[in-house]
Amino acid sequence: MTTPKTFNVTVRVWRQVGPGREGRFVEYPARGVNPDMSFLEMLDVLNDELAARGEEPIAFSHDCREGICGTCSLVINGKPHGPNHGVASCQTYMRSFRDGDRIVVEPFRARAFPVIKDLVTDRSAFDTIQQAGGFITARTGSAPEANAAPVPKHVADLAMDAAQCIGCGACVAACKNSSAMLFVASKVSHLGLLPQGQPERDSRVLAMVSTMDGLGFGGCTNQYECSAACPKLISHDFIARLNRDYTKAVFRSAFKPEPAGGGET
Amino acid sequence: MDLVRNLFGSTIGRKLLMAVTGVVLIVFVIGHLVGNLQVFEDPDRINGYSHFLQSLGPALWAARIFLLVCVALHIWAGTVLAIEARRARGAESYAVKKWIQATVASRYMRWTGYVVLAFILYHLAQFTVGVAQPGTFKANLPHYTMKGAYRVLGVEVVRAGTDVLDVRSMVILGFGNRLVAVFYIVAVGLLSLHLLHGADSLFQTLGWRNHRWARGLRVVVTVFCAAYFLGNLAIPGAALLGVLH
Ligand code: HEM
Ligand code: SF4
Ligand code: FES
Repeated sequence: MTTPKTFNVTVRVWRQVGPGREGRFVEYPARGVNPDMSFLEMLDVLNDELAARGEEPIAFSHDCREGICGTCSLVINGKPHGPNHGVASCQTYMRSFRDGDRIVVEPFRARAFPVIKDLVTDRSAFDTIQQAGGFITARTGSAPEANAAPVPKHVADLAMDAAQCIGCGACVAACKNSSAMLFVASKVSHLGLLPQGQPERDSRVLAMVSTMDGLGFGGCTNQYECSAACPKLISHDFIARLNRDYTKAVFRSAFKPEPAGGGET
Repeated sequence: MDLVRNLFGSTIGRKLLMAVTGVVLIVFVIGHLVGNLQVFEDPDRINGYSHFLQSLGPALWAARIFLLVCVALHIWAGTVLAIEARRARGAESYAVKKWIQATVASRYMRWTGYVVLAFILYHLAQFTVGVAQPGTFKANLPHYTMKGAYRVLGVEVVRAGTDVLDVRSMVILGFGNRLVAVFYIVAVGLLSLHLLHGADSLFQTLGWRNHRWARGLRVVVTVFCAAYFLGNLAIPGAALLGVLH
């Protein structure tokens, strides 16, 4: 095996000591970059150098480093998760860059995702949305018979497409309105497509949308920057589905007959 | 009421109001253009048509009020969504700003919308209220005697020999002012651009768009917007070139 040719880049990184503090860009040379390093590994090496010099390392979020946890969250040269299509920051490799490149690295920007430190943002707003309706009521105890609830193959596939969302927030970061519609659409669709998700279908979409609005995410202007930045390539067709689901739920909930008094719900 | 709160108070609800009012406005602008294109036919046509509309009385007012309510709702929702979206962005913006796939028309919806609004106000002032160019207003217009009858769907609505306003002259006089004609052309151009995104986007908002026919929708919308623009260009264009006289 031949050793790949290393190269040098300059990274221009957002540094911010803590929440609500002034931040600024600082440039660091990254020398001897191996093209097979991931972007995060390049930052690791840079951080080792910074630590060796007694400087504060660059804080960035990461966990699985294989594109499944949704923790990594960098905006690289103006695009969430970097230049490639359908990958997370952790799956972005230095071979996507060239010798001498100046790479600008910023945190996800949205009012609902405040910066905690450097490139780390607080995305717990997504958890709040998820808690508002991203669940089903299920009997606990022994596992149910697997074939008891038939699901047509194409419906199962579509639900799985939606379920691919890793909750990273790149859709919000890419959107000029900081809208969380793609995330909410995938969560609502993933459960709403399956029989297990039907009992809460209307209450789920109403609760998740009102929580999303309440947290200060913007509305959707149908520009589809979200799906282009999504590491899981979640389709904006799910946003159309969310719009439809929401509209139906709004009208159904307004005209649905209520049970006579005395019911305890 | 939950229904009102959800429709007017949520982002999706407000967007739905924009889409529904947008459809009403699109249907209106198509009808308006088709009606106006009668200016290229015998003067009986456009003059009879406008006399027929004027003779509708209360029905005309009902339609006008309905359209104004739609415009108001559309603008209200668009403005509120724009303010919320700006707030949602947060204080710090990106150092590197990049568009990935948003269409050009979609990036200027607010600009094209507000210029169209300015145009609508001017247009109403000119032809409906009559303050912009008094010479072209109803009260000062020459009259015209219908040579034949004007029919709508085969029903005679204006009889031959009726004394009607000469709206055809009004249009020609109005566009005789080059500035007015150019403003009109720019405005319909921007409205066409507004619709290049709007007429596609509304299907997404209503939940009727998906990748299986998104491309077809795009083609239909593009052809529609081009046809709409050319149709609108024809009237002031012909007046400017002196073809219409
Ligand atoms: C005849 C006039 C007009 C027509 C036919 C029209 C039509 C439309 C349509 C169909 C949409 C798409 C709605 C959707 O995405 O669901 C739209 C969006 C929009 N319109 Fe208009 N419009 C008109 C005038 C205006 C005016 C006067 C404004 C002034 C502010 C305006 C501002 C907007 C904005 C900001 C959007 C984008 C909304 C969003 O994406 O959230 N429009 N318009
Ligand atoms: S929809 Fe895509 S971009 Fe948005 S949170 Fe889910 S995986 Fe991330
Ligand atoms: S670190 Fe888990 S998706 Fe990137």
